[in-house]
Amino acid sequence: MSIVMPEPDSGVLARRTQIVAALRAIVPGEGVIDDADELRPYESDGLTAYRQPPMVVVLPETVEQVSAVLAWCQAEGIKVVPRGAGTSLSGGALPLADAVLLGMARFNRVLSIDYDERVAVVQPGVTNLAVTRAVEDRGFYYAPDPSSQIACTIGGNVAENSGGVHCLKYGLTTNNVLGVQLVLMDGQVIRLGGRTLDAGGLDLLGVVVGSEGLLGVVTEVTVRILPKPDTARALLIGFSTVEGAGQCVADVIGAGIIPAGMEMMDRPAIHAAEAFVNVGYPLDVDALLIVELDGPASECDYLVGEIERIAQANGAVSVRTSRDEAERMAFWAGRKAAFPAVGRLAPDYYCMDGTIPRRRLPEVLERMEALSQHYGLGVANVFHAGDGNLHPLILYDANRPGELARAEDFGNDILRLCVEVGGVLTGEHGVGVEKRDLMPEMFAEADLQHQQRVKCAFDPDLLLNPGKVFPTLHRCAELGRMHVHHGQLPHPDLPRF
Amino acid sequence: MTQTLTETLRPASPAELRDILADAARDGAKLALRGGGSKRHIGRAEPAATVLSLGGLSGVVDYDPAELVLTVRAGTPLAEIEALLAERNQMLAFAPFDHAPLFGEPAGAATIGGVIAAGVAGPLRLMAGSARDHLLGFHAVSGRGEAFIGGAKVVKNVTGYDLPKLMAGSWGRLAALTELTVKVLPRPALRLTRLVRGLAPAEAVALMARVMGSAAEVSAAAHVPASAAHGGAPVTALLLSGFPPSVASRARLLDDLTGGACDAAGLENAESDAFWQAVACPVALPADLPLWRLAIASGKAAALIAELGLAPSAYLLDWAGGLVWLASDLPAETVRAAAAAAQGHATLVRAGEAMRETVPALPPREPAVAALEERVRRAFDPAGLFETGRF
Repeated sequence: MSIVMPEPDSGVLARRTQIVAALRAIVPGEGVIDDADELRPYESDGLTAYRQPPMVVVLPETVEQVSAVLAWCQAEGIKVVPRGAGTSLSGGALPLADAVLLGMARFNRVLSIDYDERVAVVQPGVTNLAVTRAVEDRGFYYAPDPSSQIACTIGGNVAENSGGVHCLKYGLTTNNVLGVQLVLMDGQVIRLGGRTLDAGGLDLLGVVVGSEGLLGVVTEVTVRILPKPDTARALLIGFSTVEGAGQCVADVIGAGIIPAGMEMMDRPAIHAAEAFVNVGYPLDVDALLIVELDGPASECDYLVGEIERIAQANGAVSVRTSRDEAERMAFWAGRKAAFPAVGRLAPDYYCMDGTIPRRRLPEVLERMEALSQHYGLGVANVFHAGDGNLHPLILYDANRPGELARAEDFGNDILRLCVEVGGVLTGEHGVGVEKRDLMPEMFAEADLQHQQRVKCAFDPDLLLNPGKVFPTLHRCAELGRMHVHHGQLPHPDLPRF
Repeated sequence: MTQTLTETLRPASPAELRDILADAARDGAKLALRGGGSKRHIGRAEPAATVLSLGGLSGVVDYDPAELVLTVRAGTPLAEIEALLAERNQMLAFAPFDHAPLFGEPAGAATIGGVIAAGVAGPLRLMAGSARDHLLGFHAVSGRGEAFIGGAKVVKNVTGYDLPKLMAGSWGRLAALTELTVKVLPRPALRLTRLVRGLAPAEAVALMARVMGSAAEVSAAAHVPASAAHGGAPVTALLLSGFPPSVASRARLLDDLTGGACDAAGLENAESDAFWQAVACPVALPADLPLWRLAIASGKAAALIAELGLAPSAYLLDWAGGLVWLASDLPAETVRAAAAAAQGHATLVRAGEAMRETVPALPPREPAVAALEERVRRAFDPAGLFETGRF
């Protein structure tokens, strides 16, 4: 574990009994957990390499309780880590030894659905898939579909701005959320956005979505729901080179087609997936594309023809088009099982999440291969090809001394490479603790400080989810000072105004 | 609608801009940021401010159609960008528009920085998202006189806070934008607008809700209660866009959903584009009255029209009822109360100077949200350089 978390405050740890009692006064019954065995399930999220049991877990049921817990913690100077379902892949919900873990699992109700306005109001602990389940009998669905959608919650999706394989066409969480009720660290309950398509002031909702639990605790979410497309069809296209596959993706988009999903797998990922699920992926190719189309049947039929033509023109060595729903699901089965399939190749794997400009893909894969040799660790790639979001899976064995550290170093080099070619550290998993110390690769100090001052506007004592996202914790008073450039003003003697 | 301004500064580079802002922070000056000036009549007059024009920061930095990404300097005219994208059959999918005709001025001056800073989005916003959904990254200089960036130049990114969302619609009160990276999308091969005539507002809103909830994939839906182009009769318009075979089958679905009430022909491509341009920038509404823009819950549109007793010539509905353009001399409190009752808010887009002195252009916020907005603004602009009194 190479990331250093803030030093626990021994004064807070010494007051643990009193803190537990105070929380019990706010959330009665089973809503406060302080037993060491019962705390263990909360010690990590989806980034399991990092573990830390929380000081205490509180599971409020009402907005009033959330508000009272935060207000009390603010008054007492106690840190708070919010948590949804704990599926974050970046350590966004990693507990701190001296912090209250605020679990939102009990906020699990769908509050209202308005089909005329195509919005649903849900509590944050409702799972992503449950939103679709609640509206599908009327022919609607909720578009963002992170791969953990069966478990992850809408509150967590808001915190992480979650995506999914269909976000190329339908957007991320931020494009599908209209409003939230938010509790600030001082206990104030506010509403941002609502039922309208226009913010009508500063778009604070826009900055809360994706803020990784650092700005407030979401207690209600208004999402847009969409009519489910009539038809979905998929193409499975094999290429003998990554360049061919990459050019095919560029040409599809160049032809004005935005598929519902466009996924790429490299040779190691194809072989691992096929060995795992046996769905007939071609094994003699270097890159495999899955292109999914949705909409009216007439549109899908037309676009299937267009994409087949583009694929052939780019030297596709195999093109299959799903004839029915079972075959479409089979095409996806390998891709969806890619992580566990790759997991069979090695005792452990580490999933990365950079985004690159798509045109740089062949070069990035080539340099990744060189890094793989350098670190002596295998890597398999699955790739949201439409939007340039890479998921390299680094293979390692945590039981071999030093391999985890090497895997992390390899991963960090991959992310530096993504930034170097004009991309970013994370496309959908978030910064969390995992990529926190890499932030300076992408942002200069002034950039980070402008972000941190937004944090100060919401949470001036830095009590909410500290140790995440930002590599250096600056006190807000220090950040607020005006600095003089390079020690001098540009024209110190010349009054301009 | 004239206002006298003391001086105009027009930096030619981001470095020069940074120097100006650093000096202004030191001297306690007030700066009114301006792109093309097409929206300068929105909000209070700002006589004490120096105009800081960003028009000198113009030009395309990078455009790769296959990446769906365009990077431009903030002062680049919107018309220039639209022409560039059209050459490659692409577009800004949030359909921004130039406000100048609403103020009796010629279109053409609006800049990309201006439409982003004002969060301007037209009829396509209904399904394609607003300016905030299409701004991927930016370079800017904040009121601290410091250059900084937010977001990135790729379409999928969650690294750090989503500051582009804050910048879109911030009306130049956080930072001076110098460079913007926006997502672009293919321009649909076929745009077909189907029209239904003669509906009352409540019927139109109900129809729009029905089609928006169907598989017809309507990309814009508006109701023009007194359409000059249609003999003053009410027209409800539904836009289908995409590849011809898809549009054709969805047009048949619309026929089913409307019980055959759609006009047989409809408006195609250029004609369709012109129709929606007139919805985006509603110059047909009375030009001598204050102009309001109400964003509301779409299901409340008919009740709002009834409650305010609006004449057909006074308004039009866009976004399937979620947006009301209203030309009216009703008292501001009445309009804002009606918007609030419809779970929304009202922006005063056009009014005489006297009204603008007393009625804020932007909708009032709840005290706790207003206080939070204030803290966020001070985070970027501690000395209040951009607080010219306009809003």
